[in-house]
Amino acid sequence: MVRSHVLVCGGTGCTSSGSHQIIAALEQEIKKNGLEQEVKVIRTGCFGLCALGPIMVIYPEGSFYSMVKPEDIPEIVSEHLLKGRIVKRLLYSETVQEDRVKSLNETQFYKKQERVALANCGVIDPENIEEYIGYNGYSALGKVLTEMKPSEVIDVITESGLRGRGGGGFPTGRKWAFAAANDADQKYVCCNADEGDPGAFMDRSILEGDPHVVIEAMTIAGYAIGASQGYVYIRAEYPIAVSRLQIAIDQAREYGLLGKDIFGSGFDFDLEIRLGAGAFVCGEETALMTSIEGHRGEPRPRPPFPAVKGLFGKPTILNNVETWANIPQIILKGADWFKSMGTEKSKGTKVFALGGKINNTGLVEVPMGTTLREIVEEIGGGIPGGKKFKAAQTGGPSGGCIPESLADTPIDYDNLLAIGSMMGSGGLIVMDEDTCMVDIAKFFLEFTVDESCGKCTPCRVGTKRMYEMLSKICKGNASLEDIDKLEDLCYEIKAGSLCALGQSAPNPVLSTLKYFRDEYIAHVVEKRCPAGVCKDLLTFEILPDKCKGCTLCARNCPTGAISGTAKQPHIIDKTKCIKCGACMEKCHFHAIVKK
Amino acid sequence: MKSLAELQAIRDKMKNSINVRDDGEDKIRVVVGMATCGIAAGARPVLASFSEEVAKRGLGNVSVAQTGCIGICQYEPVVEVFTPDGKKTTYVKMTAEKAVRVVNDHLVNGNPVTEFTIGSVAK
Repeated sequence: MVRSHVLVCGGTGCTSSGSHQIIAALEQEIKKNGLEQEVKVIRTGCFGLCALGPIMVIYPEGSFYSMVKPEDIPEIVSEHLLKGRIVKRLLYSETVQEDRVKSLNETQFYKKQERVALANCGVIDPENIEEYIGYNGYSALGKVLTEMKPSEVIDVITESGLRGRGGGGFPTGRKWAFAAANDADQKYVCCNADEGDPGAFMDRSILEGDPHVVIEAMTIAGYAIGASQGYVYIRAEYPIAVSRLQIAIDQAREYGLLGKDIFGSGFDFDLEIRLGAGAFVCGEETALMTSIEGHRGEPRPRPPFPAVKGLFGKPTILNNVETWANIPQIILKGADWFKSMGTEKSKGTKVFALGGKINNTGLVEVPMGTTLREIVEEIGGGIPGGKKFKAAQTGGPSGGCIPESLADTPIDYDNLLAIGSMMGSGGLIVMDEDTCMVDIAKFFLEFTVDESCGKCTPCRVGTKRMYEMLSKICKGNASLEDIDKLEDLCYEIKAGSLCALGQSAPNPVLSTLKYFRDEYIAHVVEKRCPAGVCKDLLTFEILPDKCKGCTLCARNCPTGAISGTAKQPHIIDKTKCIKCGACMEKCHFHAIVKK
Repeated sequence: MKSLAELQAIRDKMKNSINVRDDGEDKIRVVVGMATCGIAAGARPVLASFSEEVAKRGLGNVSVAQTGCIGICQYEPVVEVFTPDGKKTTYVKMTAEKAVRVVNDHLVNGNPVTEFTIGSVAK
């Protein structure tokens, strides 16, 4: 009889830090100790605390082990699983208290979280449909097909106030209603899993940790709008997600939860996967559908909207993975339950992928209306190295920078738009005082220049010109006029581009210009990078009163730019210096400064 | 899948599995002493018997776990039952058969089996 479950994270983060070796070691040790009948090892999806991976949770105690190494496994098996003694040194440090072990939900990282879309991630085995069913899976589909009319399904979703989690925030129920209202011999339901924002990985984690929720939700939508075929468009760079989703689809077919006459209702629905080849623009709905059709992934003008003329010219709805992950619970728990979370115009929760200069890198899900400060400083555990929180970028290359001064803004769709950013898919990149805002804007522009599909001129040429202007500023060759020109160009591109990629590409520049204009001006007028990032504007100097003449810097300089005699202050030859910073790193006396 | 009943059947089958992964506060915790002394005295069959009986009866509010030595090695196998009201009952010199009775009398019906407790045995 199984009395203990060992859950090991099999998300991409923990897999890359070696969780598969942990699982292999566990299985071997369990066998060695003859515990195969008592202990079950389960590979789950993401727990969220990726910074501390590989993660392992042992039930029934609920012990949360972090940064587990294969050599720790014999101890965990013989101490914890065999003798019942929790291995305290491997527990997540925050859960260890003097008198007792805190449960996970009491820790800073999890305390403020509300897991709806991620409910099953890190809880179930994503490759076993029966586990999903055990956690109430497919009962929303059962309810919809046996008790509800299609229009009632749409009403519940509309009433819940759910908005698209992919970025735009369009009301999901309205999208479905439009598609349902159009008569056609064939309609389609699509899932956008082409998550391309640098730093965002919530869709990947949901597909890896709970693939059946997407299948169930899409089938529900198929019933609601009258579609019998669905497509999941997922990027090929997500191999674990692709394979788990394929396993899930196969199992759903085997159990008759996809296919003909589901639950004896006469309703047919099937799903197929389409792989994207890594183009950012294919996350845009019309480009995505063009790509599914087998053409080059380029957007087309709207209207007609996909709900009227979408995939293969038929009425189509397209929702993002995270949006889908909310649907079954809304059906089961009702619109009022969902509405009870969030702000007036943004209901429910939102998943954010925390990255950048933050301690708890990982995935968090919080109710809408949580402030940026709560996410960064409480859940995220603050900035490493005691540095100061400067700004956060939401929405990746389409979003904007939110300065520390606005960190108390409750995060929802409308507030973020009002302060010049956007929700986007939910990537949240944290920056500290060592980040140059001009450099960050340049980084995102470089990304958009690369990813512009080239169909329309404002985006293709405009972003390139913007990038050139930003480079000029970073090199200290720009004039104040260039800043104004850059700003004008931003508005032109926003107004003239065909799709959201171009329309939102200037956001990183506009928001940094708005909140950190002084940094742009410092680059242009004083030829100085306040954060000390832009190499062309930096000079390294040795402070003569602090230099002991130890010669360490001179010995480490790759270009021989430092000279001086022992026990005398050294000097840097600026014509030879390549600004690599090696001398500064090596100096024991803080005698080298960059300006 | 042709009916909701089929879905329910799978859900029932998975109930025990899910129960193991729920570390809620309102559960009865059965803790079996599994240090060297406990294992030597036969704690393993006791643990297995508890797990099996709890699963067989589908007791969703009971979790079975193990612990180390609590220091009364002469009374092993020792089993402690913690109820949500904060009470602790300590059973000593347990066997697989006694475990079945504890599940039935104490965990299901709420009557601790006094004759197996440390208070009676130690007299």
